[in-house]
Amino acid sequence: MSMEFLPDKPIYQQLVDHIMGEIIRGTLTVGEKLPSVRDYAVLVGVNANTMQRVYRELENLRITETRRGQGSFVTENHARIQELREEMKEQLVESFIQNVQALGFTTNEMVHYLQKRGGSDD
Amino acid sequence: MIELQIVTKRYGTKRALNGVSLTLPEGRIIGLVGENGSGKTTLLKIVAGLLTPTTGLAVSDNNKITRRVASSVAYMPDGDVFFSEFNVKQLFDFYSSQFKDFNRKKAKEIAEFLSIPLDAKISTLSKGNRGRVKIAATLGRNASYYLLDEPFSGLDPMVREDIARGLIRFTDTEWQTVLLSTHEIKEVEPLLDEMIVMKEGQVLAHKEVDEIREIYGMDATTWLISLFRQ
Repeated sequence: MSMEFLPDKPIYQQLVDHIMGEIIRGTLTVGEKLPSVRDYAVLVGVNANTMQRVYRELENLRITETRRGQGSFVTENHARIQELREEMKEQLVESFIQNVQALGFTTNEMVHYLQKRGGSDD
Repeated sequence: MIELQIVTKRYGTKRALNGVSLTLPEGRIIGLVGENGSGKTTLLKIVAGLLTPTTGLAVSDNNKITRRVASSVAYMPDGDVFFSEFNVKQLFDFYSSQFKDFNRKKAKEIAEFLSIPLDAKISTLSKGNRGRVKIAATLGRNASYYLLDEPFSGLDPMVREDIARGLIRFTDTEWQTVLLSTHEIKEVEPLLDEMIVMKEGQVLAHKEVDEIREIYGMDATTWLISLFRQ
């Protein structure tokens, strides 16, 4: 009940995305221990089965590792995190381009505008 | 596992349930939704062994459900049910005397988690706190099935959130199943594995919540509205 979810995507998928975002941002760091499934479920307000699925999914994506009897940890594989970062960048740009095209802007027009506008960390 | 096979329930000439078949597996949190009068409470009471089907069969682990099922099923009715002269501790004592699976330590832990004052007389508690006490006493039992009739209804958002967290924290989805009726679908959806939709005494749909989002690309509330419009 405490996290807001989008209506068109399964909740477990949104939680996987959320945790991946935290890893890329660095809120969750390399090798850091994740809360237990139950604790995280209570924190976010979702069913423990859903959270179990989230952890399984993250492990399948090789973003976390489960150590027997110790719990789940963010991977220490820097290359994998870098790869994840690239994947998310790609996704972001893909959906941006779709929106831009839907409104009839050209990619060149948008690139030009983005350059003119500049970023906060240029 | 609990199973209903073509269950009907008549009160006089009125049909409260009309041919309900469903399976309630272990380790799931299941929402029971539908308009008032669609048969939700009757269904819960049949699973709890408080009502007998007029026709059809209700079985728990291959045994016909009778009142004796109450020893492994915890039913929480809608509305106030308590002995208002008791304080919370005395209520737990009473539960302990009635149910073998009542775990006083767990009940106290839940009460603490929900910040319920143990020494307060129930009649002096706010409606929200009475809702919290009710859930603490119910989840204090180590039952295989929790049947909760409208656990969120008429409570403010803070209390609803507390009860939701209590449910996640104090039920074990390895072996315990929760069946709860509710109208607060939007809020409750993240808690659920499955949803059973009732209409006029029948099961209109029974689906996994993830599946609704994956297949139909919409949340449970939107899906439900589209279902009723058909």
